[in-house]
Amino acid sequence: MKDQDESLYYVGDFPVPESPEPGQEPKPWGKTRVIGKPIPRVDAYERVSGAAVYTSDVTFSDILYGVVLGSPYANAKVRSIDVASALKMPGVHAILTGSTKGADLVWPYVWGKDKAKLFDPHCRYEGDLIAGVCVETPYQAWDSARAIKVDYEVLPFVSDERKALDPKSKAVEAPDKRVAKTEKYERGNLEKGFAEADIVLETEYRTECQIQTPIEPHGCVAKWDGDHLTLWHSTQGVFYIQQQVAEVLGIPLSKVRVIGRYMGGGFGSKLEAGKYTIVAALLAKMTGRPVKLLLSREETFLVTGNRPPSNMKLKAGVKKDGTLTALHFTVLGTGGAYESGGISLTDWLVRDLYTCPNVMCESTEVLINAGLTCPFRAPGHPQGAWALEQMMDSLSEKIGMDPVEFRLKNIPSFSQARQGNPPYTTTGLKECLEQGAKAFGWEEARKKTAQQDKDNPVRSGVGMGACLWFVGGGGPPSTIVLKLFADGSANLNMGASDLGTGTKTIMAMVVSEELGIKPDKIQVENADTGSTQFATRSGGSKTIPTESPAVRAAAIDVKRQLFQIAAEELKVPASNLALQNGEIIPNADQSKKVKLNKLEALKKRGVIIGIGYRGPNPEKKWVNPFAAQFCEVKVDTRTGEVRIVRFFAAHDSGRVMNRLTYDNQVIGGITMGIGLAMTEMRVLDHNETGKVVSRNWHDYKLPTALDVPWEIVSIAIDPNDTEANTTGAKGLGEPVTIPTAAAIANAVYNATGIRITNTPINPLQLSRLMAEHKTRR
Amino acid sequence: MNNESDEKNGGSSGGVTRRGFFASVGAGAVVAATAGHAVAQKTAEEIIKPEDMGKITLLVNGRKHKLLVEPRWSLLFVLREKLGLNGTKVGCERGECGACTVLVDGAPQYACMILAVEAEGCSITTLEGLMNGEELGPVQQAFVEHDAFQCGYCTPGQVVAVEGLLRKNPNPTDEEIRRGVSGNLCRCGSYMHIFKAAHRAADLKRGKGGAS
Repeated sequence: MKDQDESLYYVGDFPVPESPEPGQEPKPWGKTRVIGKPIPRVDAYERVSGAAVYTSDVTFSDILYGVVLGSPYANAKVRSIDVASALKMPGVHAILTGSTKGADLVWPYVWGKDKAKLFDPHCRYEGDLIAGVCVETPYQAWDSARAIKVDYEVLPFVSDERKALDPKSKAVEAPDKRVAKTEKYERGNLEKGFAEADIVLETEYRTECQIQTPIEPHGCVAKWDGDHLTLWHSTQGVFYIQQQVAEVLGIPLSKVRVIGRYMGGGFGSKLEAGKYTIVAALLAKMTGRPVKLLLSREETFLVTGNRPPSNMKLKAGVKKDGTLTALHFTVLGTGGAYESGGISLTDWLVRDLYTCPNVMCESTEVLINAGLTCPFRAPGHPQGAWALEQMMDSLSEKIGMDPVEFRLKNIPSFSQARQGNPPYTTTGLKECLEQGAKAFGWEEARKKTAQQDKDNPVRSGVGMGACLWFVGGGGPPSTIVLKLFADGSANLNMGASDLGTGTKTIMAMVVSEELGIKPDKIQVENADTGSTQFATRSGGSKTIPTESPAVRAAAIDVKRQLFQIAAEELKVPASNLALQNGEIIPNADQSKKVKLNKLEALKKRGVIIGIGYRGPNPEKKWVNPFAAQFCEVKVDTRTGEVRIVRFFAAHDSGRVMNRLTYDNQVIGGITMGIGLAMTEMRVLDHNETGKVVSRNWHDYKLPTALDVPWEIVSIAIDPNDTEANTTGAKGLGEPVTIPTAAAIANAVYNATGIRITNTPINPLQLSRLMAEHKTRR
Repeated sequence: MNNESDEKNGGSSGGVTRRGFFASVGAGAVVAATAGHAVAQKTAEEIIKPEDMGKITLLVNGRKHKLLVEPRWSLLFVLREKLGLNGTKVGCERGECGACTVLVDGAPQYACMILAVEAEGCSITTLEGLMNGEELGPVQQAFVEHDAFQCGYCTPGQVVAVEGLLRKNPNPTDEEIRRGVSGNLCRCGSYMHIFKAAHRAADLKRGKGGAS
């Protein structure tokens, strides 16, 4: 178990209220009427009409605008700050620095650093907080922030993690702290494993640092009413922000309300509050006015997290029959200037995806003067897949076995890396590989690329990759309150955020499935600490498997109460009643059926309130999603350009809850994987300044409409998981992006014979490698 | 801009001259200068300070709005923060993401790259202007049907970009659709559904309703 990593997604073992009572859980759904269908979102109207109020849209007539001033240096100490002339700038209401009364606060959200300050006089990375300014208009805010005079002692820096252990490089922490964390995992006997192998390969791989950059900038609006703070926050978890803000400001949870009903993308970068959150709250307090503080686009590239660069080496041994005998994986990563997950889970797939008795993984996280990492969509996994899935491709070629067949030979039914080797509730990896390959036409496609005209400068290639995601089962706590109104419509109250994955819609569908209410008659109230139920953060692909069983339990609770009322009114035992299309129907005498809005008792009560809790996960079993992705590329060997022709993705994420949003997750994950593989890379100026060079979307390229294939086919594998939870859903949002980059690299290899071990596969790198390849030949 | 205005910026401290100001904002200023509004009418030698407000009239979604604006305010800022039209989203404020795409005289443009004073005399259409009262317009309807968004934040820009494309080209090919929305980033990566929605929207606009 990797406690630290898992604690991000699971609260751990503790007694939870259960409804229905243990042993009374509902049976898995058989044939469903609503669940699994392609149903448009319940909040689609709001999102396409402009009616949805995102945090950046929140405003008041007396609003002020906040901006933060960050350190312009990779490593510097602040000697002094002079705000006198800035304060005289037009429109300035307040300036906040570390010496402002009440601003000397501890910032405890840096792992391994429990005494860090909100305003740390030693800014160890570019963009670390210097000051906050609050002004009448954003234009004046930028003017005045620039007018703050800061005297810096500029210090030497280290920006390249590959050189951070070199004694000649500057260490981030004095006297000589270079390593933030090391991890070692071992099972079996590596030496013996390699001795048994017919083939041993060893390759170094690297993935560049990827930055989330959701389109809605990070930010919040802070408003005080006396000692009560309301925060509108673009976040993946309002209750977590509430806890952080209450802790830093030292005020009770009951005095902090956080609202985040709509948020414009997070991908892990909005799991936590930022220093900007506290700055906004303090500026609002100082001025007695609501303050809107959105980070500038540039700042989001510096201080809101990333997928850290991973420098990996994988040595693998295999027998000619395709049996893996040994895997030795090392990774050097960095979480930036503090320990922050720079090696988190990079080795997980090596540990757990394929059957292998002898495994060693050694991970080292070093410190550099750069912004901190945070869990970026499937932390560690796409990097690990980049190494492992390319290695699997190389091994299969060496032993003359088809890559799909090779993987099929090594599928485990239990988690090898966890203590006690718990079995998976279900693993659809075999079906993902087989059905994905069949739908893609894998064997024929491989034959075709092998036989293509050697003189054609545009070469076709196909490649594939597989994965699991180390969590994705969800779990307690979660509480849902479902209100059935007297006219048969309903209100669903849920604390969880909908990141755009379709959470709200899927929960309405669960209610619809149980109670027969059309999804568009269900109002969903969510993500507000003041008015909705406690929920954990939406991350780790756990929201659907966490919330949907609790919603189902709440609906069953409503149904039970409804039948009690109806039984008295119809003089029929409750156990003989059924609910269909807004009507209560006695099984014995269908002519006695009655519409919900005709039930006198319901009319008088006005509402039936059902409560559902998320019960515990199965004991001694593990819930993971699995996947296999296949792609075809065309490589222009004259220019080094790669065009992705098609992608087929077979995913076992348990039950498909909504086919429309399910497929959307798949195409979105693949698009983001294309970014990792081909276009995205954070560039730091290693030579002169250590600063981030790629700090906007011109210099840091996201995949655009021109970079994605027209054909992305989603193949849903439903293993009928009756043990995972009462809806059978597993996580989807993260596995969809794990094997993508590796599948592309394997396809480019298939097309060109060139193994690209470093991201991004762009024309610059590919044409260079092709030139070297030619020279070698 | 700070107090230390230099020669390049107009050659006098405390502000910029009209000439310097227009030189610095580039070709767009020609539109402003010919539009004949209050700010542009100032004499060539008069110094315009950042905070000097000018009176302009903006035509947005068929309604005229009289506004006092600073010359440096972007159309995006005025639409969102002064007119409350929050359908137009703020993503980068540097012409990269397209979240703030609006129609200027029918053509998609980034509202963050247009000064409010430049927009005078133009007909501006925002996402809100594509609604028929409380009913969704055809492009919006197509986006709903094909789930052409996830978080929905880039969506207003995507919808407006498709609207602009279809006004110019009612029957676009796959490739024309791709190019039509290639100036609009979607970090959730829903492009494939956006392409489908664009085709569906073209059908809807041609009066081909029915099931998609």
